Amino acid sequence: MNLQRATRLALYAVLELADQPDQQLSRAEIAEKFGVSSNHLSKVMRELGKAGLVEAVRGVGGGYWFCGNAKRTTLMDIIEIFEPARFDRAGQREPGRDTDLGRTLNLVLDEINETIHATLNSISIKTMLQIKDRSRL
Amino acid sequence: MHAADGMPADLIIREAKPGDLGAIVEIDKQVSGVKKTRYWRDTLELYGGHRESDFFLVAEREQKVIGFILGEIRAWEFGSPSCGWVYAIGVARDNLLQGVGSKLLHELCTRFRQADVTKVRTMIARQDHELLSFFRSYGMMAGPFQQLELELNHDKEN
Repeated sequence: MNLQRATRLALYAVLELADQPDQQLSRAEIAEKFGVSSNHLSKVMRELGKAGLVEAVRGVGGGYWFCGNAKRTTLMDIIEIFEPARFDRAGQREPGRDTDLGRTLNLVLDEINETIHATLNSISIKTMLQIKDRSRL
Repeated sequence: MHAADGMPADLIIREAKPGDLGAIVEIDKQVSGVKKTRYWRDTLELYGGHRESDFFLVAEREQKVIGFILGEIRAWEFGSPSCGWVYAIGVARDNLLQGVGSKLLHELCTRFRQADVTKVRTMIARQDHELLSFFRSYGMMAGPFQQLELELNHDKEN
């Protein structure tokens, strides 16, 4: 399963900030860590700010804080900001959807979507960081 | 009050007894919406310490049962070597988000380890995001098995 670049950057940014809750990080610092341009990240951070997940501190020495709830915010919450219809029911607007084969294909794709949905909805930011820490041991 | 490991320190985890039936039925009813007195009576009898591979534990605070967990060690089902299974877990509604479930699961896993079991598994409904989140927060990830099912119709052969 692949994510759009902006979605992946959003996840990186939220996780990085949530992992250091007492520290604000600049867009440049986050961009450098993940090998992207600061400009590319700016729209992502704006969307995360609108969603109430990060807070920007302006001015010299400014940066971003994670201001969401790490236990309650899931990966799906972030993905849906950038890819809102990604895991909707399969093929609702695709040609052939009303044929037997179209319905059968959508049945299989929906099974996959439901599994993905369940996974992404059940992993919080806090759990992701725990997985990261465990994998370091 | 929590101990150094973050687990609630005032909680006692012990083996379930027949006298716990009422509390277990009530907690499960809060969780599942269904009152299953006979099921839990039979389960208490079946898992009530008769075999070393069975574990039916309750969490008690101030002499009141506020949670339970049911598990078993099974070997060679679905081709899998010995593995601990968590069949059910329930925490009273008033005691949610207090670490009770975590402590129950932790104790069950400790007992699995003591029996030289190195893997624990469970199965959860896809729609139950809360329960999925709970087990994932403990460190569980998706396993290598895929659960499949089939409706058996009475009027035709599948």
